[in-house]
Amino acid sequence: MRILIRGGRVIDPGSGLDGVMDLLIEEGVIRSVGPPAGAGKPRRAAPRGTAPEQADRVIEAKGMVVCPGLIDMHVHLREPGREDEETVATGTAAAARGGFTAVACMPNTEPPNDSASVTEFILEQAVKHGAVRVYPIGAISKGRKGEELAEIGELVAAGCVGISDDGSPVASAALMRRAMEYATMFDIPVVPHCEEPTLSQGGVMHEGLVSTQLGLKGIPGIAETVEVVRDLLLAEFTGARLHLCHLSAAESVRALREAKARGVKVTAEVTPHHLALTDEAVWGFSTNTKMNPPLRSAEDQAALREALADGTIDCIATDHAPHALAETEQEYDLAPFGVTGLETGLGVVLTELYHGKVLTLPQIVERMSVAPARILGLKGRGSLAPGTEADVTLFDPEREWVVEAKGMASRSKNSPFLGWKLKGAPVMTIVGGKVVWEA
Amino acid sequence: MALKQKDLLTIRALPAEEITLILDTAESMKEIASRDIKKVPALRGKTVINLFYEASTRTRTSFEIAGKWLSADVINISTPASSVAKGESLLDTGRTLQAMHPDVVVIRHAAAGAPQILAEAMSASVINAGDGAHEHPTQALLDLFTIRERFGRLSGLKAVIVGDIAHSRVARSNLHGMRKVGMEVRLCAPATLLPRHAEALGAAVTTKMEEAIRDVDIIMMLRIQQERMGSGLLPSLREYSRLFGLTVERLKRAKEGVLIMHPGPMNRGVEIAPEVADGPYSIILDQVTNGVAVRMALLFLLTGGQPAAAA
Repeated sequence: MRILIRGGRVIDPGSGLDGVMDLLIEEGVIRSVGPPAGAGKPRRAAPRGTAPEQADRVIEAKGMVVCPGLIDMHVHLREPGREDEETVATGTAAAARGGFTAVACMPNTEPPNDSASVTEFILEQAVKHGAVRVYPIGAISKGRKGEELAEIGELVAAGCVGISDDGSPVASAALMRRAMEYATMFDIPVVPHCEEPTLSQGGVMHEGLVSTQLGLKGIPGIAETVEVVRDLLLAEFTGARLHLCHLSAAESVRALREAKARGVKVTAEVTPHHLALTDEAVWGFSTNTKMNPPLRSAEDQAALREALADGTIDCIATDHAPHALAETEQEYDLAPFGVTGLETGLGVVLTELYHGKVLTLPQIVERMSVAPARILGLKGRGSLAPGTEADVTLFDPEREWVVEAKGMASRSKNSPFLGWKLKGAPVMTIVGGKVVWEA
Repeated sequence: MALKQKDLLTIRALPAEEITLILDTAESMKEIASRDIKKVPALRGKTVINLFYEASTRTRTSFEIAGKWLSADVINISTPASSVAKGESLLDTGRTLQAMHPDVVVIRHAAAGAPQILAEAMSASVINAGDGAHEHPTQALLDLFTIRERFGRLSGLKAVIVGDIAHSRVARSNLHGMRKVGMEVRLCAPATLLPRHAEALGAAVTTKMEEAIRDVDIIMMLRIQQERMGSGLLPSLREYSRLFGLTVERLKRAKEGVLIMHPGPMNRGVEIAPEVADGPYSIILDQVTNGVAVRMALLFLLTGGQPAAAA
């Protein structure tokens, strides 16, 4: 099977490529990337085997960006346990539809992914029903209770690429220290959701002027930063690789920047919703604006954008968190935290950051593909180098579309972007040389 | 002129001229309330449902009397007796009630924003009778009515609201209302009970009681909740009372003729001394009386009543 993607703007930050080129996939592997057949003067012969008539499928990609497959390193697939909200099948279908060729799924399932058997189950479901690649992240502690370390060695052997108690922050500094020390044996990142629970207790949105007016209990930015600072110190002390989930507060960004300057082995992610929205979105009490960490102030948002642009924050992850309609159609205090993001992530990033002149297209590809692959140590991902497995995303940075619940592949529709008009959309998702989704 | 919105959910979204319209209409209603036979047929054939998810004596009774004096059929639903105990969602409760075609639903709920859920699910008018720490618009309207009745005006007056501002829906609605009608507002509370950025809402903020009550025309004391103790927000009621209680001694530093208000229920001897609550400057019971007139005005206006025909 040969697929020729012709005339697109190929952006492959790993090899420094950025230009109109042809890309040939053969038997699931990138065969060649080069100037389009017939381009240049004097007229050159096309690289061997790239002539259109020799391909099984020719994809005309004029006006499109052709890049290494996007990777969302923070999603919730809800399986096992809450298959009414999402499954490996529907979650990966949503990923494919969003232009992602791989996802890393968080361990807060029921039962939690704190043992090799759960990891194996998830990977088995991914092989049987998955549209894209699935990389599980295992729990830090047994039952995600923050008391005893999970069998991290077995989790890694079964296929976990990192550890996190996501959603249930590790309150004990001593346990977090041990988790980091232990993780160094396997060269995996520790991926905490940083939240000091006594500072966030009872809160449902960012503590600021809007929460004051709405009478909703606030979660201050420092609830995140206090634990960010703790974990940065622990990472420095233990030498562990630390990856900070979904940063939201300007104070956290400042602490991260200082730690990086000191040489701490730390990386960080930010979500499209924290980049695109502020706590002003909570006016009207839509529960599709409720997530943890919460949407913060305009100052926080500006700090996140600046840090993403200058590389202090390494990557973008959606924190895709599907919830059943009956749970989101409730009082704001009672609704669960979390919003979906896989099917809107790229569109929101292109609209807000590319057209908003915060990031260039190569920077977006770097932060949504190359960086997550590097952070999670995913060999062969985030690259279009000849010889690697062909995970490729095609997107149209100019295509305009409206976000609608209808047609979404995710089983849940709790998106804060419903009704938004976006500019920039995924067009095709190729995993291992197979087209798994096309617009 | 009539009210533009189907519902009354917040003072924040209520235009100043509609506040004036409601207060003017309430004056006619107060006249009805002073009659020997307190009943007019204005809302005959209309149904008002009081849906109270939180305990309340004065607000629920006030709405019930207001509806009955206007000849509406008034139904009271309180949580223990309802399907809420069976786990029905607020949205489903709203849809169920709507199917019985009420004209007005009055809701009190512990969660901020709950009345909005109901308002979006129903074509009936929804009145917010207090939602969490968000708003309590009818309380602010009756407070403004009472102030206007005493001073003959609102614009230019100075008020201070003292107490648990962070958790008070009364403080929020009054702050918005007082600002809209041209009053100057101060907020006074222990630092742990002041919400962040309160000054950005156009109020002067202080933690010193002596400063707070100087030169004001109105002192509004808020109830201090027992549950704030033990949650780390305050060390003791005794200390709160010593620092923020309104005593006769403290009142000497206030302006001559200052009016004392309290939305109730009071903790006598904690935020307010009994001699102050019952003293000559107190208009606390006037607030209760006027609550009925203001709620009559609202029910009347929201069901399509013409202000001119009020009496």
